[in-house]
Amino acid sequence: MTCELTKTVLHGYLDGELDAARAADFERHLISCAECVTALEAQENLHSSIQRAGLYERAPASLRQKLQKELGTPTRSSVTPIRNPAPWRWLAIAATLLLAISLGWRLLPGLRGTSGETAIASAIVDAHLRSLQPGHLEDVQSTDQHTVKPWFDGKLTFAPPVHDFVNEGFPLQGGRLDVVQGRTVAVLVYARRKHLINVFIWPTTEPDSEPQSGSQLGYHWIAWRKSSMELYAVSDVSPEDLTALHHLLTQ
Amino acid sequence: MSAGVEGKLDVLDPQDQARFEQLVLPHLDAAFNLSRWLLRGRADAEDVAQESMLRAFRFFRGFHGGDARAWLLQIVRNACYTWLEKNRSVDLTTEFNEELHPQPSVSPETLAIAGDNRERLTRALEELPVRFREVLILRELEGCSYKEIAAITSVPIGTVMSALARARQRLQRVLTQPTVQQKQAAETGGRP
Repeated sequence: MTCELTKTVLHGYLDGELDAARAADFERHLISCAECVTALEAQENLHSSIQRAGLYERAPASLRQKLQKELGTPTRSSVTPIRNPAPWRWLAIAATLLLAISLGWRLLPGLRGTSGETAIASAIVDAHLRSLQPGHLEDVQSTDQHTVKPWFDGKLTFAPPVHDFVNEGFPLQGGRLDVVQGRTVAVLVYARRKHLINVFIWPTTEPDSEPQSGSQLGYHWIAWRKSSMELYAVSDVSPEDLTALHHLLTQ
Repeated sequence: MSAGVEGKLDVLDPQDQARFEQLVLPHLDAAFNLSRWLLRGRADAEDVAQESMLRAFRFFRGFHGGDARAWLLQIVRNACYTWLEKNRSVDLTTEFNEELHPQPSVSPETLAIAGDNRERLTRALEELPVRFREVLILRELEGCSYKEIAAITSVPIGTVMSALARARQRLQRVLTQPTVQQKQAAETGGRP
């Protein structure tokens, strides 16, 4: 190893942490430095191995219960001695988990959530990971919304909203069809610096909702319903970036 | 902690309690995951994550907005280091000897194969000195930005990139070098 950049800038590039000018400099450097190209490929492989291995370890139910006991009791007794306290959301989740286990519900591998909502999130994160495999990302590769939108026509029974946000830092990369929990969904692919964001879209009869977010396996997601569509954006970009995209998509 | 301090800070008004539930508690998984990887064990991680969450609750009034996950993980990290100091201080002093681990030339394919073994990957991560392990866990598993990693690990943001670079190179080395048994066999003349 002789090229100093393999020890520094390459990692900032890999993590999408370089500003545009430095990223462009490094891309120029890649043209002439075989060592950096090999190192980048090796590091990308390592990154995907870590992501695929499912190394994230979720807090056990016993810990949630202990905390509920520790945190819930003093506050309840000192602040609202008579009124029933609002049950903690995650205690309900823990209870759901126990019930699920007692009913013999088999947890899917990699499913770290416990409610129906997180089961969807889990399926979405899986679909996101699948899409990152070579050749799986886009069926229609275009940065032109007027190419992507008609592509969906005839393939779906609904028309997903397709907009390019290149000026806002989220250029449209393309779209594809995917299947999530047995239902055919539209997927729009946006770029954010060096990262990709998949936006999964399908019709719903539920009313509009505020965004909900979470993370699994190091990927963040944000979900909301608007105009009879359910949308899930998932990526390894920061939650703030996802929130920014949510704002753009709900404008 | 003195009883006075605890007594005074233990009780959050309902509004603060709700804020704590909304902002901090959702990051319990992150707290547990970081503890598990820093301490290399689930049982100890459970204790330290619990202690950290209680500490966060106690000092929640000192949290003035911003990134609640980074704030919590900073508390978790400190608690883990305290725990290691007390119970397994060798973990904090083990440094990676670069002479003993010469950089082999690694093809991306070799690395991909070694990395696809979950058990081997776990062992390799656990073999890293804790200061390298933590940046990898925060970046790769928790998806933290460099800015967040800098806040959590109390280093200048400028050094996060090089810390990650060194951590990844070490991980790569550990993943592709022969296992201890293979090395011993080589040293005792089993191999050239």
